[in-house]
This record gives sequence, structure tokens and C-alpha cells, in this order.
Amino acid sequence: MSDTTSARDGVSVQVRGLRKYFHGQAVLQGVDLDVSPGEIFVIMGPSGSGKTVLLKHIIGLEMPDAGAISIDGQSIDGPGFMAKYRVAMVFQSGALLNSLTVGENVGLYLSEHRIKPEKEIARIVAEKLELVGLKGLEMRLPSELSGGMKKRVAIARALAIEPQLILYDEPTSELDPLMAVTIAEEILKLKQRIHVTSIVVSHDRDLAFGVADRIAIIHEGKILAVGSPEEIKANPEPIIQQFLTVEFKKQKFIL
Amino acid sequence: MFQNIGEMMILSWRTLLLLPQTFRQRRKVFDQLFEIGNTSLLMTCILSLFIGGVIALQSGPVLSERGLSSYIGGLVGLSICKELAPVMMSVLIAGRIGSAMSAEIGSMRVYQEIDALRTMNIDPIQYLVLPRLVAISFALPLLVIFSILVGWLGGAIVSMINHQIAVPFQAYFSNLREMVEVNDVVNGLIKSLFFAVIIGVVSCHQGLKTIGGPRGIGRSVTKAVVNSIVMILILDYFLTAFLLYFDK
Ligand SMILES: Nc1ncnc2c1ncn2[C@@H]1O[C@H](COP(=O)(O)OP(=O)(O)OP(=O)(O)O)[C@@H](O)[C@H]1O
Ligand SMILES: [Mg+2]
Repeated sequence: MSDTTSARDGVSVQVRGLRKYFHGQAVLQGVDLDVSPGEIFVIMGPSGSGKTVLLKHIIGLEMPDAGAISIDGQSIDGPGFMAKYRVAMVFQSGALLNSLTVGENVGLYLSEHRIKPEKEIARIVAEKLELVGLKGLEMRLPSELSGGMKKRVAIARALAIEPQLILYDEPTSELDPLMAVTIAEEILKLKQRIHVTSIVVSHDRDLAFGVADRIAIIHEGKILAVGSPEEIKANPEPIIQQFLTVEFKKQKFIL
Repeated sequence: MFQNIGEMMILSWRTLLLLPQTFRQRRKVFDQLFEIGNTSLLMTCILSLFIGGVIALQSGPVLSERGLSSYIGGLVGLSICKELAPVMMSVLIAGRIGSAMSAEIGSMRVYQEIDALRTMNIDPIQYLVLPRLVAISFALPLLVIFSILVGWLGGAIVSMINHQIAVPFQAYFSNLREMVEVNDVVNGLIKSLFFAVIIGVVSCHQGLKTIGGPRGIGRSVTKAVVNSIVMILILDYFLTAFLLYFDK
């Protein structure tokens, strides 16, 4: 693992005709997506629509039943692909290594691949933890953290990789509004600083419309619409409008 | 079953190819070694003492009835180092360490930790399987040496204090020295090395292919332990036959 790619840029992602079945049931039914380098691409859709499965395909954790995924025009199942690009995923559940401390988790990529000397890694770990509001918690174990804290450690771990492509699965779902704003700002800053390509899966409408360059709406394994936030807001499709505008109305229940 | 065996062979092969990386994973190897020693040394000691003791107790009176009690040292010595220590220790370690390996890796699988490793381009085989396999391959033969020595001692103690046998310490050990050759101990150690690899590969393989939640982990652990023990006992026969052939 060399550091020759340090002058890295975001990568483009192409998804073509992606289909996936679990136990004969179609979860993704022909997904096509194009994400440009350096773009923040938000995927929204109801629970169970296949968002997590889609992300897992993009990072190579699931094998498609049909269709292809490529990054910068190269198929992701080519040889040595993962060594060539730096990609990171923030899992919906965090997926921290429970036997490691918070600090070891955040520095795992750097220490396992011997990218930086130990002191430098410790500095980066401290910096990323401070960024997500968890300064000085290096020595804690994941089991001693709350759900939202785990999520933030997972985000710090992804940031420490300094990826060219970063996939966030519901980054703000367990965070308080203040922290959600911090994370949204960080997603934006990361884009400006290292020109990373970000794919964000979220139900959080504030986050989505706050950070997105483009938004895709996924429903039952199909992309219903792709466009800029304005275009999506103006889309007349009832499912989309309902998804974007539904509010919890207390009066309904009182009356 | 054949699919399992195929997968385990692939896993062994891939681990073997990664052996040169062991030095980089040395900290994890030491952690595992420490874990194995910590959890198993006392058990080994107690178990071996009693196994040696019971062999002497069973065979001693039979030998002394026929006036052969002076052979007790050799008999206990040989059966411990060639058969009992390697097999019993492997079974013990399959239960203690194999179960822990499959549970740990299984829960990492279920809670997506292994997925997370893969997204970071960290090979789970190099990160998880290699250090465990290396550690158990060192630790089990070491434990067996320890077990042999303690087992001999157990036999000696029983031979001395049991009034039907009544063979003093020195007579016991001089007979043992006469009948047990270095080769016999080496045979036992070779066996235990094979058993160690079986425990490591079976347990890691079961852990890696765990599916489902906590119940899946439980299933993996049970399978890892039972399959390891069955394979150890079957392989023991063939290894013994093979090693006997070379003894001549
Ligand atoms: N490994 C799997 N085996 C079987 N079915 C699966 C598997 N992973 C996902 N599914 C199914 O695929 C569908 C989509 O799941 P997915 O996790 O992608 O939903 P999601 O859009 O991320 O939902 P949420 O917003 O609740 O996280 C679900 O119906 C789920 O049951
Ligand atoms: Mg999901």
C-alpha cells in the first residue's frame, strides 16, 4: 500500500442494470446510477427499499445477480481493485471492531496498512475524534459508547482513511439535531478539502437537501427519479411528494 | 460435508500463503498465545496429573499380579506421550480455544465487523485467521510437552503411594527412561501439531461462515468443537498408523 495516490481526487461511480435477489425475492430491480467525481449524491427512499444493499454492492460486499458496477470506468471486481482506490463505508450500525478501543478502530486502516508512523496515526486519530465531538475517548471500548457515539466513531474511522469515495449509510439517524448539522458540515468540508465523492443514504430530509448536489429517490429496488434538489422537489410523482412532504400532524389525532 | 472440507482446504492454503506475513501480525499472535496459556495451563496441569494417575491405578495392580510392576514407568510413560497427552490436550483445547475462536469470529461476522475489515481492504484471513492458527500451532505442542511431564509425574505419585503397586519414584523413572525414547515424544508432538491445525482451521472456518444472529453463533461454536474432536480422533488413527510405519 503506497501513498503515491495522495494527490487523489474523487472517483466516478457507474451502476448499470444492477439486480439482486434474496431468496428469490427481488431487492434491486435494475438500478442505474452515475455519480460524478467529487459529487455529493444522496439516495433517499423508504425503509426496506434496498438502499443498504445498493451501497454494499458499490463497495463490493455483495455480488450482483445481474448488472455491473464500475469506479472510474473500471469494473470493481477486477484484480487489485481495492488496493488501488481508497474507499470507505460508514455502516448503518457502525460496525466497529468490538475488541479494539475507539482509537484503534479509528486508526485501523492506517496502522494495518502501515501508511503512517505510529505517532502520526495517533495525531490523526485524535484529530478525527475531535471532529466528531469525541475528543479524548481513544481508550474507550465500543461497548461503552451510546449508539450515536458509535456512529460518530464510525464516521471518524471513515474520515481517517482519507478516501476517494465515501459511502454513508444513514449517517445522522441516531444523532441529535446539533450533531447532525456538524456531520452534514463535515460531509461538505470533506468534499471541498479532498474533493471526495460521497454517496449518502438518508431519510433525513434536512441533511439531504442541505448537502446534496443531486438526489436519487429509490423505491422498491428501482430508481424513481434523479436530479438536483430543486428538480426533486418539483417532481410531480405522488410517491416522491408524499415522501418529501409528509409531516406528523398532531391535530389529526386530537380531532 | 464435502463442500466444507473443500472450503477448509482453501482456507488452509490461503493461510499458508500468508505465513510470511506472520511477523507483521506478531502482536496478535502473542495476544493469542497469552490467551491460550492463560486459559489452559492450569487445566492442563490438573487433567494431566489425573490421567497419569489413573493409568497407573488401572494398570499397576494388573502388572504387579504378574510380577511385572517394574514396567509401570514405561507403560505409563509411553501411553501418555504417544497417545493420551496429544489427544486429551487437543480435545481440551478444541473445547476451550476452538470454541472461543469460532465464537469471536462468528460474532464479528454477524455484527458486520468482517464486512468493515473488507471495506478497509484488510484481509480477514490475514487479520483474524493467520494469528490464531500460528498461535495454536505453537501453543498446543508446548502444552503437550507440559502435559506429558505432569502426566508422568502423576503416574509416579500413584505408583508410589498405592500400596498394591508400591513402585518407588526412582524405579519408576529409570524404567520410564529405559523404555521411552525421544522419538516417542516427538511422535506425540507431531500428532499434536496436526491436531492444532485442525482445531484452528475448523474453528475459524465455522466462525467465518456464521450466519444469523446469536443463535447462528451458538451453532457455529457447537459445530466447531464437535467437528474438531471428531476429526482429531479419526486422524489420530491414521497418523498413528503412519508414524508406526516410520518407526520401523
Ligand atoms: N442478506 C440479506 N438476506 C436476505 N434479505 C436481505 C438481506 N439484506 C437485505 N435484505 C432484504 O432486502 C431488502 C432491502 O434491504 P435494505 O437493508 O437495503 O433496506 P434499506 O433501504 O437500507 O432500509 P432501511 O432504511 O430500513 O435501512 C429488505 O427487504 C431486506 O429484507
Ligand atoms: Mg439500510
